[in-house]
Amino acid sequence: MAGLIGQKVGMTSFFTPNGDVACTVIQAGPCPIVAIRSKQKDGYAALQLGFGVRKSKHLNKPLAGYFQKQGVSPVRILREFRLSEEGSYEVGQVLDVRMFEEGDFVSVTGWTKGRGFAGVVKRHGFAGVGGRTHGQHNRERHPGSMGSNTFPGRVWKGKRLAGRYGNERVTIENLQVLKVIPEKNILIVSGSVPGPIGGILLLQK
Amino acid sequence: MSHLLREIEHLINAPYVKSDLPSFRAGDIVRLHLKIVEGGKERIQVFEGMVIQRRGSGLRETVTVRKVSGGVGVERIVPLHSPFLLKVEVIRRNRVRRARLFYMRGRLGKALRLKRREG
Repeated sequence: MAGLIGQKVGMTSFFTPNGDVACTVIQAGPCPIVAIRSKQKDGYAALQLGFGVRKSKHLNKPLAGYFQKQGVSPVRILREFRLSEEGSYEVGQVLDVRMFEEGDFVSVTGWTKGRGFAGVVKRHGFAGVGGRTHGQHNRERHPGSMGSNTFPGRVWKGKRLAGRYGNERVTIENLQVLKVIPEKNILIVSGSVPGPIGGILLLQK
Repeated sequence: MSHLLREIEHLINAPYVKSDLPSFRAGDIVRLHLKIVEGGKERIQVFEGMVIQRRGSGLRETVTVRKVSGGVGVERIVPLHSPFLLKVEVIRRNRVRRARLFYMRGRLGKALRLKRREG
């Protein structure tokens, strides 16, 4: 089953008679099929989908040529979605949120917010070293001991330390579709989704 | 909050948007009619107390109501548009000079009195 490319609009509450649910509003599609990869020709089955509108000033010549050849108006984002079976799709066909229904479960892929070089408390949930008093003045958020002494006499590989955090590709599975609004290309899913508002998301059933 | 999000929020929750909420502010005494579901049965609980803050905007605005029950302070935070909030009655309007009355938490008995407000 093919997916859809979307953009995170933000989070809000979704009221039901049994209370309210935290939900994410996603603007998804319409996504034209820009190219079709086939097992025969490319070794795998997939659809290349487009999303958004690319202004002509952002269109370089190779890309312009590509869109012209495919007969699709230039899009901002191009992404491939693998298919398990080759289906009956055509280049230029447009997919939209109507492929999802209320109650469906979807996987949403996004890129998490980049947190830069983060310490061990933020990055790995360490508790830090003790409190502020008892003569301590500067180790509240430190990692503490690195390991044992004579054995092994070194720091274990994989020891969790400070470093770059965030800005990774994350997929959240089984988010329930609460509502589909085809006129506005809007999809409401329960729960949260990776990335900032305005971030690009990939949705799959 | 973007316009689109605001619009969608109203669209998906249309059946629950309350347009008939009375106007009230911090310091006022209100009576909240709350639907309580327990053990599969529904009943209505009335919670009367002083509004100590209104928070948030649009559909996600909440109200914090405080009362002293049996010598113990009780506060409830209720989303104004929640389907569980059936009715809000304003019992008395009081004059206060701030939007958040957290200083009421330290008060008991006579110290809780406020002056009435016109309108």
